[in-house]
Amino acid sequence: MNHKATEPFVRITKRDEIAAWRGWLIRLTSLVLALAVCAVVIYVIVKLNPLKVYGAMWEGAFGSSKRSWVTLRDTMMMLCIGVGLAPAFKMRFWNIGAEGQILVGGIATAAVMIYCGNLMPTWALLLTSFVASCAAGALWGVVPAYFKARFKTNETLFTLMMNYVAIQLTSYCVALWENPYGSNTVGVINQQTKAGWFPPLFEQQYVLNVVLVMVLAVTMYVYLRYSKHGYEIAVVGESERTARYVGISVRRVIIRTMTISGAICGLAGFLAVSGASHTISTSTAGGRGFTAIIVAWLAKFNTFVMILIAALLVFLEKGAMQIASQYNLNDYASQMITGIILFFILGSEFFINYRLVFRGKKEAK
Amino acid sequence: MTQVLSLLQAAMVFGTVILFGAMGEILTEKSGNLNLGVPGIMYLGGIAGLAGAFWYESAVTSPVAIVGLLIALLCALAAAALGGLIYSFLTITLRANQNVTGLTLTIFGSGVANLFGGAMNKMAGGVGQISVATTSGAYRATLPFLRDVGVFSGLGFMVYLAIILAFLASYFLSKTRKGLNLRAVGENPATADAAGISVTRYKYLSTCIGAAISGLGGLYYVMDYIKGTWSTDGGIEKLGWLAVALVIFARWKPTQAIWGSYLFGALFWLFLYIPNLTRSSQELFKMLPYVVTIIVLVVVSLRKKRENQPPASLGLPYFREER
Repeated sequence: MNHKATEPFVRITKRDEIAAWRGWLIRLTSLVLALAVCAVVIYVIVKLNPLKVYGAMWEGAFGSSKRSWVTLRDTMMMLCIGVGLAPAFKMRFWNIGAEGQILVGGIATAAVMIYCGNLMPTWALLLTSFVASCAAGALWGVVPAYFKARFKTNETLFTLMMNYVAIQLTSYCVALWENPYGSNTVGVINQQTKAGWFPPLFEQQYVLNVVLVMVLAVTMYVYLRYSKHGYEIAVVGESERTARYVGISVRRVIIRTMTISGAICGLAGFLAVSGASHTISTSTAGGRGFTAIIVAWLAKFNTFVMILIAALLVFLEKGAMQIASQYNLNDYASQMITGIILFFILGSEFFINYRLVFRGKKEAK
Repeated sequence: MTQVLSLLQAAMVFGTVILFGAMGEILTEKSGNLNLGVPGIMYLGGIAGLAGAFWYESAVTSPVAIVGLLIALLCALAAAALGGLIYSFLTITLRANQNVTGLTLTIFGSGVANLFGGAMNKMAGGVGQISVATTSGAYRATLPFLRDVGVFSGLGFMVYLAIILAFLASYFLSKTRKGLNLRAVGENPATADAAGISVTRYKYLSTCIGAAISGLGGLYYVMDYIKGTWSTDGGIEKLGWLAVALVIFARWKPTQAIWGSYLFGALFWLFLYIPNLTRSSQELFKMLPYVVTIIVLVVVSLRKKRENQPPASLGLPYFREER
């Protein structure tokens, strides 16, 4: 065996540190590449100038003041869920159950609006809904957390199944509250009295949504970065053994963190029902519980970076809806475009964390 | 008695969809890849099969059933394997996070499928519903010698294909050298690597082949379950997640997945056979498959039997230089 060892054509080495601007440059490049690929796909399907299509997307998201506000409202909704998921994922607890936590939060809010609508003033209704939705979401989050902490039950699948239990619960409530009878929808709750709706602030419908979520985002940033709890979450996420060694009660941290995570996702249900659609259906969460996971993950749990990513995704969604109506496609174009863009952004992380070393080149440094 | 038979039959039809999905996912997970893109992959398989059949049936004047069947089958396998390839490239070569990549694949697959499905419904004109009657008919044809045998009348060949595949997969995993290697990769990739097994190759192959098998679930759903049509109601996505759940329920054993899938099907349709249910309480009954999965999940984690546990490195990435 006269086998001469040759250096492989290309090999991968880990980068120690990368300048922030270079990291962002790589991400931006991947985004541009993704948009180019999407443009090709769009051209193949509809045979239209992709630039015009992107123009139409811009029109759909920011074309009028009303559209801009809706885009902002939905960005806040996405951000809220992402903020809720951040502590769980930082702890490496795969909470795939945001979808269900949003729904039960929404159910709780709708129940308060329907049953107490005429009994309380608006501020009391909002407060009750707020508390009820948080409690419902927290309950949905804490059940899988308890089993994870106690018996190491796989949380990814547990939370996933809880989504479907929540969806059936929603169908049950929709059938229970349907209005008008036989429509199989709840319709707009308290349409005349607007009881339990978010009141407009500064003559804008959605200011309260923005204020609530921004307060949450800042609080979560501080909580994760500067509080003792936040530090404990980070340690448990990095290594449970280390956490145990330094005397952190892993069980307590898991249960506490998932209570918070579930509660915030439940709150997102409150925003969706009380602050946006004023109705409840199985599509109240609409897949956003899954998309927000990607938002939280790509932002590395930094709530301010999440704003950017959430805005990008919502922009795509709104834009694609516009294309859909303008060019006779359907809304699902947005999901496809979102998928392609996320593939590229996920792939780009590799080039941020690793370097390719080609044969014959000296390893730098 | 007829009620029991009809429930059983409905359960088998339903079960076959998720059995394909779960079998593919078992193969994938045995290599240590937790692919949450199963719903997306099933979507890709379903739409590609439908598109292939649609294209064939509208291109020739008198379509031949068997040709349509083969075209749909090949299209479904290819599209689903392609979905698996995207996932493999991102997670294995580019080292992206498995869960996030899987979820993205689900978003992508459902987007692509519903976009094209909706477009084809429009192209079909008329009642706004695409139909591939000939091909779908071939998929739904009862096997000739089982035509009059109670529960088996009205089951297409893919029901049996799923069962055969499950036994083959089980044989492959527990009785062959390659199967042993694959399990070693999933349990402890570093050891497998040291033993000279190409971890990357096993992961790529098992994920792509697994995806192709999962894709058959989507094809069966489209061709048999909804009779060669398309509706953008998220039906495949729901079943795709159930397939992921079934993997746990079957404790990563393909043969256990067979009866598990029929049980899920029976639980899913049970509400139709219970008298005097109101519409709202029907919805509560439909929770059953999910609740049962949760219970199984908890029981498995309580008993901690070695042979019931997931592959040890499931969901963890493997980079040789980071040991």
